[in-house]
Amino acid sequence: MKSIIRFIPLILFFLLAVLLYRGLFLNPQSMPSAMIGKPLPNFELPTLKSIEQRVGRDDLQGDIVLLNVWATWCIQCKYEHPYLLNIARDPRIKLYGLNFTDDHKAALSWLKQYQDPYVFSIFDEQGALGLDIGVFGAPETFVIDHTGIIRKRFAGPINDQVWQKEFLPLIETLEAEMADGAS
Amino acid sequence: MEKSIDSKISMLQHAIRFFISTMLLSFFWVTSVNASPVDTFEFKDEATQLRFQVLSKELRCPKCQNQNLADSNSKIAVDLRNNLYNLLQEGMSDQEVIDFMVYRYGDFVLYRPPLKEQTYILWFGPLVILFGFIISVIFVLRKRSQVKANEHDLSTQEQANLDDILNKQ
Repeated sequence: MKSIIRFIPLILFFLLAVLLYRGLFLNPQSMPSAMIGKPLPNFELPTLKSIEQRVGRDDLQGDIVLLNVWATWCIQCKYEHPYLLNIARDPRIKLYGLNFTDDHKAALSWLKQYQDPYVFSIFDEQGALGLDIGVFGAPETFVIDHTGIIRKRFAGPINDQVWQKEFLPLIETLEAEMADGAS
Repeated sequence: MEKSIDSKISMLQHAIRFFISTMLLSFFWVTSVNASPVDTFEFKDEATQLRFQVLSKELRCPKCQNQNLADSNSKIAVDLRNNLYNLLQEGMSDQEVIDFMVYRYGDFVLYRPPLKEQTYILWFGPLVILFGFIISVIFVLRKRSQVKANEHDLSTQEQANLDDILNKQ
């Protein structure tokens, strides 16, 4: 009994050490979004390419939707852009852009210069939709299922590794859900 | 010899004086820097302005994780301050504003986490540790005093031996 008590400080030390050591490798920026499992809020905003045209939640529904938050002031968006062109070719998903608190002209010339991977980009100059879905920076990518529920938020640039690990499994799940719903 | 001690003392005095004045200076420096970056908001009344100040200190910037909305100048913090201003001007109550932010950004935006199952350990963990500490201190002290008390008590055999020795003398 006494020998066990003697070891308690050592055991406590090890528990604390393990806890703190793990903490070293956690990414404080990777926070779960509060919006997961909630429906995409309604909005009425112009698209980047035609200011007169208004789009809303219904325009994004029915498919597995990737909503990519981007802006010309965002450096990492430039980094992920070539990969987005790649993703856009995947027939399983539809990639939409959310141009977030950006300059209209600069955004248009960005798409001209680097090509446009999006079905369309929502032009959210005031950041209203961004606020409603809890965006806190760019790039961020939301996955919305065919019923309009937000299923995932990924903060940071997408590359091949991220795509394979974070997105593909979910897309496969969503495909299965869609097949279930259809049958 | 004596002179050098004197000079040492005066040097020490100088050092202490310097230290104290630096401390005082840095204190005042900090308080003046503490003013939040000023946005040019025009509030409908003073009460709203006060609520804005309180809420922007209470809400955490989601991107810059160790700053509140009032202190941060990151893009998202500026945007959220604008939003907070709009919500208050529209007449939302404090609780409505907090609910609005939590719905979108989660409990993370609150500097004071709400009391619920996931945060029990956060709220009560320190108390449990303190309690455990107090109990173990009591336990150890009691044991120690028992050991000491035992040391002084002689068994009857020992007492008899002692009496023997003393009587012989």
